[in-house]
Amino acid sequence: MAQGRDGVGVSEDPARRGVPADSPGRPLPRGIHRESPVGEGVYLTKLDLAINWARKNSIWPLPFGTACCAIEFMGVVSSVFDLSRFGAEVVRFSPRQSDLLLVAGTVTYKQAPILRRIYEQMCEPKWVVAMGVCASSGGFYDNYCTLQGIDKVIPVDFYIAGCPPRPEAILQALLEIQKKIERNPAPR
Amino acid sequence: MPVVRLARGAITEALRFLRDEPSYRFDMLTDLTVVDCGELRDGDRFDVVYLLHSLERGERLAIKSPVPEEDCWIETATGIYKNADWTEREAYDQYGVVFRDHPNLKRILNHKEFVGHPLRRDYDIYKGQWLSEVDDLEDELERRRRRDPTPRGGQADAMILNLGPSHPAAHGTLRNLVELEGETVRYCIPEIGYLHRGFEKSAETHEYNQVIPYTDRLNYCSCLINNVAYSRAVEALCGIEVTDRCKFIRVIITELSRIMDHLVCNAANLVDLGALTNYWYLFNLRERIYNVIESLTGARLTTSYTRIGGLWADITPDFEEAVRAVLKEVPKAVGDTLKLIARNKIFIDRTVGIGVIDAEEAISFGFTGPCLRATGYEYDLRKRHPYDHYDSFDFEIPSGHQGDTYDRVMVRFEEIRQSCRIVEQALDKMPSGPVNVEHPRIILPPKKQTYESIEGLVGHFKLIMHGVNPPVGEAYVATEAANGELGFFIVSDGGMKPYKCKVRPPCFHIYSALPRLVEGGMVADVVAILGSLNIIAGELDR
Repeated sequence: MAQGRDGVGVSEDPARRGVPADSPGRPLPRGIHRESPVGEGVYLTKLDLAINWARKNSIWPLPFGTACCAIEFMGVVSSVFDLSRFGAEVVRFSPRQSDLLLVAGTVTYKQAPILRRIYEQMCEPKWVVAMGVCASSGGFYDNYCTLQGIDKVIPVDFYIAGCPPRPEAILQALLEIQKKIERNPAPR
Repeated sequence: MPVVRLARGAITEALRFLRDEPSYRFDMLTDLTVVDCGELRDGDRFDVVYLLHSLERGERLAIKSPVPEEDCWIETATGIYKNADWTEREAYDQYGVVFRDHPNLKRILNHKEFVGHPLRRDYDIYKGQWLSEVDDLEDELERRRRRDPTPRGGQADAMILNLGPSHPAAHGTLRNLVELEGETVRYCIPEIGYLHRGFEKSAETHEYNQVIPYTDRLNYCSCLINNVAYSRAVEALCGIEVTDRCKFIRVIITELSRIMDHLVCNAANLVDLGALTNYWYLFNLRERIYNVIESLTGARLTTSYTRIGGLWADITPDFEEAVRAVLKEVPKAVGDTLKLIARNKIFIDRTVGIGVIDAEEAISFGFTGPCLRATGYEYDLRKRHPYDHYDSFDFEIPSGHQGDTYDRVMVRFEEIRQSCRIVEQALDKMPSGPVNVEHPRIILPPKKQTYESIEGLVGHFKLIMHGVNPPVGEAYVATEAANGELGFFIVSDGGMKPYKCKVRPPCFHIYSALPRLVEGGMVADVVAILGSLNIIAGELDR
């Protein structure tokens, strides 16, 4: 968004240059209202919505990468697919600093206590994505050492199918998580 | 490969003789494994198998030593080959064979609360076991302190630090417990097995062709090489020779995978050193190769492209053009990166003289591939034991000077260039003809035959219902993978599934040298050294 007058966003589309971002015909984000008793350039909304809007566009993922899916996740953060377009660029490897746990790869019984602990170390609110079939269900490693899905030890918000999933699928999971964040009341 | 049978009490002496005797010089223990012969014969249940290799003379030798189930011990080889330490631990973990006088005989892949030995034929594959608490490794640390006390002494200022397993530089599943004195590493205790997914047990319950998807996920940075390596092993077991066109295609996909593997290894290594920009440069090229691989196999990463006796399909019409276009981009990506690092003071300070190992010790640890060549020892299976027409290509084997981190990085960059040369020559020389062998019990007949002739229908039915049945026997076939010698030791009982399928992963042996490489150095160098070894957990833990 370029800056228009009085802090009103102006569309980047050259055909609409100079048209205020909130001109009739352009939808505003859900829950934000144009009818303002205060005057132009002021929007009214609920605090929940504002907080969730900020939260969903600044997800800090923790990639708990263990196997092949982690290599595909590297592809997602590299230039071609570029996760940062969705406001989830700040990949953090510390559970203390992240709010989205992205389990990419197989989790074995040996790894399970560690995954559980990493999840417990994350601050609320937090979300979990199981990337790929191994994390979702154990995949075709139906044997003595592989955990048959990480939901045996931690709650999961979103499962991504695929072995490994394509980068687009990971981006879609992120968008779904954003929708989920939008719908939830923000914790006080 | 010749096989010698020895009594279990003579192992130590025999191995030492074979290593030191000038006319033998078996200087590398390629792999050590156990075969559970309970269903194959009466008498002693286990065979402990040592695969030896004389790098100078290029000869291999297998030693087998029978061990009964009730009194399950054998002499250790830890004093002779340095990589016997971990390989024996794995054999103990998976089969329960006790190695007498082993300095640290504890489980390595399975967790400490695991009961039983999963690779024994009577262990139920579905029987998972929970772990309540992670091993604190205190016992190993204490043993190390007792065995080699540091001259500086004094435990008062020691700091214990866990590097991994959930740590970006630990690449997901490697855990190292380090004891520090200030910033100097006193002891390093690696723990592996966090990605032990039971490849070898799963291989025993799947048909030969069904194992191929599992091989994809061993070294998941270069899946195609694993496909090729496994298929070559089974083909050797069946005694079949694939067609020339198939060999050339395999060379091309192998070398493309090698390029991809080195790209991701060096990119990750440079990120760990703080040089993030190179990651974008190198990974963009990798994405371009992904597109080629995807148009060929239908998958970006997990390809499952080969079949026993050939390939899933011939190359696509636009394949050659696409590969040549990608090859044109390689020099730019590599060149851009080298411009940033080759004379960069920080990079040189962080890598030159760090993690040095000489050739002799590297061989004793079972180093192969770029890590061995970085020590200055020019050893490459593609040159020494050419397969798939590698002897008809003109390419060099890059080697380093002193086996430090810098050499390991640079050898990989040079190998990328050499691989490009091989791919170009293979494209130029590509013969026409079929890609699959014509063998009704190995390769599915064409659909037209299946529907129109009784022989085709029967061949199709037999292959679908009973799979490929190699004759009774065993084979060890080694392939030069991106990380070194990737070998498959397969035992067949004549059935449709491998009786045993042991992978010889290059990483496993290289990683066992980590304490030797990092102890006495700085803690920050652990990360640099680890990255330069290119440890891929899928292959390390299988």
